[in-house]
Amino acid sequence: MGDNAILKRRRRELIVGAVLLIVLAVLPLPIESVYLRGLIVLTLLYAGLSQGWNILGGYCGQISLGHALYFGIGAYSSTILYVTLGIPPTLGMFVGGALAALAALLVGWPCFRLSGHYYAIATLVISQMFLLLASNWNFINASMGITIPFRTQSWLDLEFRTAILPFHYVMLAYVAVVWIIAWFIEGSRWGFYWRAVKDDAAAASSLGVRIFSSKMAAAAISGAVTGVGGALYAQYIAFIDPDSVLGLSLSVLIALPAVVGGVGTLWGPLIGAAVLIPVQQLSASWLGGSGDGADLMIYGALIVVLALARPQGLVSLFGIRSQAGGAVVDRA
Amino acid sequence: MTASLIIQVVLGGLLMGFVYALVAAGLSLIFGLMNVVNFAHGELLMLAMYGTFVIHENLGLDPLLQIPLIVVVMFGIGVAIYRLLIARALDVRFNTGMVQIFVTFGLSIFLVGAAQLTFGSDFRSINNGFLSNQTFTLGPVILPMSQVLAGVVCLLAFGVLAFISRTEFGRALEATREDRDAVALIGIDRDRVFSIGWGIGAAAVGVAGVMLASFYYISPTVGDNFALIAYVTVALGGFGSLLGALIAGLLVGVVEALTALFIDPSLKQIGIFAIYVLVLMFRPNGLLGRL
Repeated sequence: MGDNAILKRRRRELIVGAVLLIVLAVLPLPIESVYLRGLIVLTLLYAGLSQGWNILGGYCGQISLGHALYFGIGAYSSTILYVTLGIPPTLGMFVGGALAALAALLVGWPCFRLSGHYYAIATLVISQMFLLLASNWNFINASMGITIPFRTQSWLDLEFRTAILPFHYVMLAYVAVVWIIAWFIEGSRWGFYWRAVKDDAAAASSLGVRIFSSKMAAAAISGAVTGVGGALYAQYIAFIDPDSVLGLSLSVLIALPAVVGGVGTLWGPLIGAAVLIPVQQLSASWLGGSGDGADLMIYGALIVVLALARPQGLVSLFGIRSQAGGAVVDRA
Repeated sequence: MTASLIIQVVLGGLLMGFVYALVAAGLSLIFGLMNVVNFAHGELLMLAMYGTFVIHENLGLDPLLQIPLIVVVMFGIGVAIYRLLIARALDVRFNTGMVQIFVTFGLSIFLVGAAQLTFGSDFRSINNGFLSNQTFTLGPVILPMSQVLAGVVCLLAFGVLAFISRTEFGRALEATREDRDAVALIGIDRDRVFSIGWGIGAAAVGVAGVMLASFYYISPTVGDNFALIAYVTVALGGFGSLLGALIAGLLVGVVEALTALFIDPSLKQIGIFAIYVLVLMFRPNGLLGRL
């Protein structure tokens, strides 16, 4: 592909993104149902989270099964700053994001020497370790969790009583920012480095790509994005506890939209979230109200079927390929 | 704190360690063979535990006597999982590593849902088995008989696994792992070897499940904890190493028991995690890892 074609494609991506942003901004207005509005808010949140995961897992090829750790750090930092010191979450989320980025670097430091499945398992085990610690740490109220009290309606504090529409725009802004970050990365030198590391680390290294620092940079950005998402989630739900913000199922839920939609693509996480989150939520409220498990069966079967039928992701239905050039085969 | 208490706790940890080692061995075998991590491994354990529970409730057959039956059934389940899902996942042309991970994750979610639908979320247990309420006494040490026998049976099963790895079939496994295309030339069918590998891995978990069912509570998510311990054990011992799984399993069992005794029972896994992080830093491929 020539330079010109790449520029054209990137400009087209921006235009499609802008149109999509407008559509999504108008989308909730005619919807009356509180339930449906909430469903869209969650879908947006997971689209953003999964795009954040995609930066490390998709572009850089490091499959993390522990992103709940960064999410939880963001959620707890912002919440504790707000509840105990009154620091607004619009500020606290950046503290949470920074701490999550730091955590991602600390996890990355020993783990990026591991290859393939060793890395995936290490991230899983480390996040489970912090789940256990958080569940026993009285300073953060252990497994009881923290309820965020409603004080006064405020954009600064992201408090809107029971209104959902403001959160729609908060989450939409979040997705848009993360999408723009991913768009910049795709065109930047880092983006090329990461894809090179993913495709063939040995070859990339011989061409002068510093593999370790490439992975660390991807981890820091990915962790920061996830941490901010955790802080936003905490304000939206107004309650956090270790199981809901640090659990393994959350790590999987963060990764899945990107995997199902198409790893290492701009649109994959969005498409994946638009399919997975409604299926998961709707089947849970229709079938799983009594906790009878049928919803989990549908959700699990859907993951299996999509992963096997569309290993390159749902984006391939639209003729979009991973930027790494089509046949991305992991050597893991 | 008396010396006999510590001895008792260490022995209890060792016995649990044999169970952990057997669960980890199944995981390690499959990984070593085809570079696939089975994220539904804990759910296989859960299936075996429910299977034991149901047969015990309905037919009154004691868990101990169910071992051959559960081994056969679990072998079949392992083969079926390979044939239906894993063989396809190995053949995809894109993102193979990622597809393998998420296919087994999807399977684990599916199985938890199926167990919840069938049995509800309540904890079940077998209280009136042959071994229930019996104790094993050796000098000052008193341990529940079910736990002692679980350790012994798992160690025996581990011995069987080690034996298999030395037979002709074991060498075929080894050869298939080394080069799956080359073995085709000498008439070894990849799919056949891999599906038997999955069968053996699932059967090993099945034995552990039967023994656990006689003294551990049973719930749809009971596998989570054991799977986590199995990942740590396999990563500690080194993926693909049977001896590594045994040593690491015993280490994990003892460390867990001692952490519960000296620090806090609700933090008993912290000791395991601490050792895991240490090994991660200094021996990233595990104690006996060669991959």
